[in-house]
Amino acid sequence: MSEPQTSPAAPAEARPTVVVDDVHVDYTVYAAGKRATSERKLLRRAPSLRQARTVHALKGVSFTAHEGESIGVIGHNGSGKSTLLRAIAGLTTPTRGTVYADGRPALLGVNAALINELSGERNVILGGLALGMSPEEIRGRYQEIVEFAGIGEAVDLPMKTYSAGMGARLRFAIAASATHRVLLVDEALAVGDAAFRRRSEERIRELRAEAGTVFLVSHSMGTIKETCTRGIWIDHGELRADGPVLDVVAAYEASVR
Amino acid sequence: MSAGETSPSPAARFAAEAGLERLGRRPALVEYGRELWQRRHFLLELSRSRFRGQNEENRLGLGWVLVRPLLNAVVYGVVFGLLLASSTRPDNFVPFLVIGIFVFQYFAGCLNDGSKAITSNLGLVRTMHFPRAVLPVSVVLQQVYALAPMMGMAAVVALVFGEPLTWRWLLVVPALVLMTMFCQGVAFVAARATLHVRDVAQLLPFVTRLLFYISGLFYSIERVGLPPAAEAVAKVNPVQVYITLVRTGLLTEVEAGWHLWALGIGWAVVALVGGAVFFWRAEEAYGRE
Repeated sequence: MSEPQTSPAAPAEARPTVVVDDVHVDYTVYAAGKRATSERKLLRRAPSLRQARTVHALKGVSFTAHEGESIGVIGHNGSGKSTLLRAIAGLTTPTRGTVYADGRPALLGVNAALINELSGERNVILGGLALGMSPEEIRGRYQEIVEFAGIGEAVDLPMKTYSAGMGARLRFAIAASATHRVLLVDEALAVGDAAFRRRSEERIRELRAEAGTVFLVSHSMGTIKETCTRGIWIDHGELRADGPVLDVVAAYEASVR
Repeated sequence: MSAGETSPSPAARFAAEAGLERLGRRPALVEYGRELWQRRHFLLELSRSRFRGQNEENRLGLGWVLVRPLLNAVVYGVVFGLLLASSTRPDNFVPFLVIGIFVFQYFAGCLNDGSKAITSNLGLVRTMHFPRAVLPVSVVLQQVYALAPMMGMAAVVALVFGEPLTWRWLLVVPALVLMTMFCQGVAFVAARATLHVRDVAQLLPFVTRLLFYISGLFYSIERVGLPPAAEAVAKVNPVQVYITLVRTGLLTEVEAGWHLWALGIGWAVVALVGGAVFFWRAEEAYGRE
């Protein structure tokens, strides 16, 4: 469809790692019926047969990412940032359009589903296997993962006894243990205490050096400006701006104000 | 339009030049099977963990794996053996009933948990990349873990009620292998169907209950006195077929001819192949729901 644009922030000779070509993603939801036209109707409306509604989460996004870039993806809640990340990770297949990538990009989230009834230890093993590590690799990295998460003795307890922060830290530690050519980070820096944030920021920097390209979704403009070279602003499923991170963040902040 | 299928778009050519791969394309069935095999450690760990997780909540822990079928056998034994006594029962009724109930529970577990295989694991599906078939296969594996102690219990019951231990008992193995193939196919179909139409999950309890009553768990179909045509139809029911095949192994009274084994093989192959293909064809859709 559209000609992929070379980012102004990237050196012209840098190798492309991700090409996002006119990507549309639609979700079908069975959540609500017709929109109520007045407040009275809203109150009166009996639960009727639910209708399938289509939500356009992404409406034709195109860009190219290059080696050595770290790209901050910004936008308000529900703008389609996380959908874009999942599409780049190959987890959500676009309804239209295509994503091309170097290897399989890894999505580093804090939402990685683990089993709450099981101990942290079993979850580390399960999470590592889910990421595609071999049992030997996991045994080799187990200590490192547990130390990184900083959950100490609690690793023997079921995850449902963990605080929200502890659970998120362990998930992040598992996800960050593998290295990938393209890395997608979703709000991961927002979890945990100051010490853990420092550790995770450092780990992301390391991963970026090994990875080549990093995408970061965050609501913290400070984090985006510090860690990213390029900014992509997604607004209601469309690409609103793409350029040097400071320019894009400034434009976004101006629109919010 | 999708790029790169008939005439490559500029972006597709650009990506190809840079050596990039197209993501989210469904692999061919053989390649898919290979990916599934590569993830066997994940599959085993997931099944084991879930199985343990479901039981570890209780004081008795994994003890429930044995206690639950025992209590079930006692309850159904009292209801159908004492309260609802009838002339449709075969002679050695208790082991007949126990085997029927346990084998049926295995099937019902695969059907019901299979229908939730994707929908209850959306978190995993949305964050991790692996062949989605891992989830329905894991569901069946968990049911196999639950079935093993049940079959042990059934064997004990058969011995206690005077069934002789013979080489025929080995027939239980092929019977359960065939049934597992069938159940896997059912789990594949249920997993995908529920994803498209969530309402399927609401219908399943009724399907399960219907099969419970028509499958000759607590009566012998031959003794009901159905018209020959109806009896023939009732005997084609796959759940009925597999229950009879397992009973053939443990109970001297029950005999299965070659045609019943042929039916068992037929149902197993049709369900497994059809189910696997049906599930695989929607591989791209599972992350979008």
